[in-house]
Amino acid sequence: MEGWGIPQVAEKPSNKKIMNAREDMLGRVNKALAVLPERAPLPDWDAELAVAQKLVANHDILEVFVERIKLVNGMMMTSVAEVAAFLKNGGWTKGYCDPVLLATLETQLGSGFSLTSEFDRTRIDDYGFGITRAAGGIAETGTIILNDTLTSRRLGALTPWVHIAVLPKEQIHRTMTDAVKALSADPNVIWVTGPSKTADIEGILIEGVHGPGVQIALVV
Amino acid sequence: MSVSPIDGFAANLKQETHDAVYKSTKVTHEKRTKLLFDHFPDANRLREIAGEIKQHVIENLDTYLPKVEEKLKANGVQVHWAATAEDANQAVLNIMRKRNATKIVKAKTMVSEETELTHFLEKNGVECLETDLGEFIVQIDHDHPSHIVRPIIHKSRREVAVSFEKNGLGAYNDDPNVITQRARVFLRQKYLQADVGLTGANFVVAESGRLVLVTNEGNSRFSLAATKCHIAMVGIEKILPRDRDLPLLLNLLARSATAQQLTVYTEFITGPRKSTQVDGPDEMHVIFVDNGRIDVLASDCRDILRCIRCGACLNVCPVYRQASGHAYRSVYPGPVGAVLSPLLAKERFPELADLPKASSLCGACQEVCPVNIPIPDLLLRLRDKNKQAHGPSAGTPPMGAWSILASQPTAWKAAMAMGGAVNYVPRILMPGPLRKWQDVRTLPPWKGGAFRKWLKNRPTKKS
Repeated sequence: MEGWGIPQVAEKPSNKKIMNAREDMLGRVNKALAVLPERAPLPDWDAELAVAQKLVANHDILEVFVERIKLVNGMMMTSVAEVAAFLKNGGWTKGYCDPVLLATLETQLGSGFSLTSEFDRTRIDDYGFGITRAAGGIAETGTIILNDTLTSRRLGALTPWVHIAVLPKEQIHRTMTDAVKALSADPNVIWVTGPSKTADIEGILIEGVHGPGVQIALVV
Repeated sequence: MSVSPIDGFAANLKQETHDAVYKSTKVTHEKRTKLLFDHFPDANRLREIAGEIKQHVIENLDTYLPKVEEKLKANGVQVHWAATAEDANQAVLNIMRKRNATKIVKAKTMVSEETELTHFLEKNGVECLETDLGEFIVQIDHDHPSHIVRPIIHKSRREVAVSFEKNGLGAYNDDPNVITQRARVFLRQKYLQADVGLTGANFVVAESGRLVLVTNEGNSRFSLAATKCHIAMVGIEKILPRDRDLPLLLNLLARSATAQQLTVYTEFITGPRKSTQVDGPDEMHVIFVDNGRIDVLASDCRDILRCIRCGACLNVCPVYRQASGHAYRSVYPGPVGAVLSPLLAKERFPELADLPKASSLCGACQEVCPVNIPIPDLLLRLRDKNKQAHGPSAGTPPMGAWSILASQPTAWKAAMAMGGAVNYVPRILMPGPLRKWQDVRTLPPWKGGAFRKWLKNRPTKKS
């Protein structure tokens, strides 16, 4: 692994060196830029330019969302019964569920499922599916938005093979630009666009690398 | 004539590797073009704006760096500064030692490739694992990535299957699905055992202190769900001014890198996890890394610092397609690497001086660049820099002799007069190479000096 980077010296730098690193770097940045006769200005650009207008203009938001999520191999469902049938068919009967949704979903999924709102990180392979709440969606890209406030467990939404995000349809943004405008003070927001995937080996698309192999938006 | 190192690599490239690299770069490039222009009729305007934004940032780093530092600190992030590769690596080790941490999972970050972080940590007794599938395979193979976005573009599934078998990851099986599932099973335990998750950052927004990370596999998300400490190693040029600039850059990045509309996981992080969230880091560090960037900023090649590491210029480049990434003998291959690698190599510049020359200056790299970097211009500047450093004798020996003669009129005149001697020298008395050359060719009679004679005696216009 050695050879292409800068040769390493495994000595501990003195504290003085660490303290001065900031001043040293900023000082050299200042010096490097001081010689410029003028600086490039920040362009003021129309945010709508970064919108794929063809995909979203004059279309129903939900229709666009459905179309785009299919294109990224995600799934959209509109009823718990549909989810129950899908899970049963795939043999996924044990799963993690957001505590807020637990009581309702236990009833609605019906018999044959074992749901828990406790996520045990030592037994992650026990959960065939995870159900969490989404903070929103993006129609333009078929994206589900999760955050720290509404999504009960980061691991519960990521490690099971099937992830079901419960998404209120009024929370679906038209475009990425709208979704960025809506970024809140939440310290962690993640946009999830389809199942986890890779094409590292010979460019062949494989789904379910580290995250879910099946990504479902349950739009309510 | 001696063969330059990059040509040597290209000449010795296995046919299988050549074909794999050629095919997949071509496919990605074509998909990128289709997706970009299909969705954005005026996509070139978007590239120009993105380029202007990044150029503005690098020319104003003196104000943006303190600004983003202030924001990060206000968000509860600890900020570190590292002038060199070893300082950056040491900063990671120091954070780990302070936590008595011995295990780290690492998402794909190019800057940590520059600093050879994995190797450094392993040498210091830390268990460090790459989690991006391609980078993981590179790690177990003790290989180097050959593409910025597709680290194992040079490997066949059979080679991967062999290394999985060798490393105890199951019996030989070259089905990419099986390989991926085995990596999934192996790595998920590693995330959960690790104390620290290390990532890079695709963008850091100055106005909000937001770190933006994109992956397709979900590996950086897993790091940030399973570990308690997040360290982000970030090159100082990664800043964007405003949140509103993000959609533009994200649209361009995903299309340019992997011909996707948007990456699967696009994560926005402003600090440690929320107190109501169980999973994720409660400590977050950002290490701003220089490692030669400020020298680039001070040079006339500073535009290369706009780069967002998408790899589109690799995919379109006729030289990269023929030579593959290892021919560039550095962390950054392809057109961007031909500019950036020699610059970051500092005093080792001469070792990589052949890279800027390995280009036909066709301009395809700039045409696809999402931040419109004038790569051909920068290649020319570096060729010039190399020439300045080596004086008139640069290049092949005959050209060196020619340039000495051509720069001194008296010497030139004398050479022209004496050159006539070649008309009378028997071939057998010629120096070795010239004799060999003449085996299959006949020199025309020497007419040296005829032009000067004509110029001197030419009839002048009467006015």
